[in-house]
Amino acid sequence: MSYPTDLRYTNDHEWLRTGATCVVGITQFAVDQLGDITLVDLAREGDLVTKGQRFGTIESVKSVSDLYAPVSGKVIKVNSALKDAPELVNSDCYGAAWMLEIEPSDTGELEELLSPEAYTALTAEH
Amino acid sequence: MPGQRTPLYDAHKALGARMIDFGGWDMPVSYPAGTIKEHKAVRESAGLFDVSHMGEAWLRGPRATEAVQLLTTNDVGGAAAGKAVYTLLCRPDGGIVDDCIFYKRSATEYFVILNASNTAKDLAWMREQIGAMVDIEDASADTALIAVQGPRAVALVDNLAGGRGDLSQMGSFTFADTTIAGVACMAARTGYTGEDGFELACANDDAPRLWSAILEAGAPSGVLACGLGARDSLRLEARLPLYGNDLDDTTSPLEAGLGWAVKLEKGDFLGRDVLVRQKADGLRRTLVGFRIDERAIARHGYHVVDRSRPEGEQVIGTVTSGGPGISVPGSIGLAYVPPTAATPGATLTIDCRGKDVAATVVKGKFYARNKH
Repeated sequence: MSYPTDLRYTNDHEWLRTGATCVVGITQFAVDQLGDITLVDLAREGDLVTKGQRFGTIESVKSVSDLYAPVSGKVIKVNSALKDAPELVNSDCYGAAWMLEIEPSDTGELEELLSPEAYTALTAEH
Repeated sequence: MPGQRTPLYDAHKALGARMIDFGGWDMPVSYPAGTIKEHKAVRESAGLFDVSHMGEAWLRGPRATEAVQLLTTNDVGGAAAGKAVYTLLCRPDGGIVDDCIFYKRSATEYFVILNASNTAKDLAWMREQIGAMVDIEDASADTALIAVQGPRAVALVDNLAGGRGDLSQMGSFTFADTTIAGVACMAARTGYTGEDGFELACANDDAPRLWSAILEAGAPSGVLACGLGARDSLRLEARLPLYGNDLDDTTSPLEAGLGWAVKLEKGDFLGRDVLVRQKADGLRRTLVGFRIDERAIARHGYHVVDRSRPEGEQVIGTVTSGGPGISVPGSIGLAYVPPTAATPGATLTIDCRGKDVAATVVKGKFYARNKH
């Protein structure tokens, strides 16, 4: 499987798009592992999230998984569409199913994220 | 360690299935259509399931009926030849060794299909309890099992059997030896989805041929191959228990609401004394169905709590199965709770990963098909 080259990744299968702020979602690898998504529960606007800590949960028909923040910072926007249409995660995980927009508190943390090549290597082990 | 494979392993890979380990077996959890579409195919058209991982055994001999009656809670021995009977196998303390279906071929010959994860345990149990009375032959390694379920399943299978209508005329919980798509099968009008259909047992070598014939014949009308994910969501909506989740060695059939499969009047059987006592004394806990209307799913192992009780004594029950409703609204599940909390319509509080969620006790099946 190949992954968008303009994104950074975590070991927990989140992606992050950097710009003035950071947009976060989960990767196609994670989506394939989970199967049909039935529920997405996210942090709220204004919440502070910490790198590596839970910012929400995602449930498929079969299982529930935690979502972990790739960077620390303040949640400035939440994708409320996922509340009523969790299936967007299955159909468009890098686009319509973005989850949070975060204002990072420590841009140094961005350096610790995986490159597309490193993430490809990580998922190839599975 | 690579898992055991059914004779349909290559067929699953060719269909692009996502395989998981299920009790030591490499099994398809879903195909590219995904669990929700597979589930809906079974409700609206038909679905095809590989359940060859399940165990099978023959019980034969002049004392077979006597042995089966001792082993089972239901009146398996009293059934007519040609009937399939759902039953529990109980320990002397009333705990459930397994739930399974017996097929009575004659008073001296029975076939039984066992849960995959329990097959070794069940065979050891049968040999220990009735091995001296009856010849027990493990057929698990040679037998494949394919379930065809859904409103279109019966016509589909009947057509492949020559279209004479013999199969569609079979009653619920009956079975017959037949030929489907040129493959010798035992066809049983049973299932685990809440829909009409068949479970077809055949020889391993014939399984790929039978599987593709059904799938090809059904494809134009929306028939899909379905994985264990859909099997679980379908059985839960139909409120059929899953051993290892809702039933185990410590739960009794009466607690699990399976009293209909316990025939105390049929004569002695393993566990009977304890079940008679439980019935007289009342139950400590009972398995209830529940529905959650808010956005939450209660899963296996979550606690049912009563926050009005003192700290440390608030856990009053346990969720044994749970998932999103796919053909029914909300999310649904099963939980063991004290009988006082089991009134239909009553509200339960379930601790869903640290968040208290309200659930309503629901009587009966979550989903019941329209019978025509």
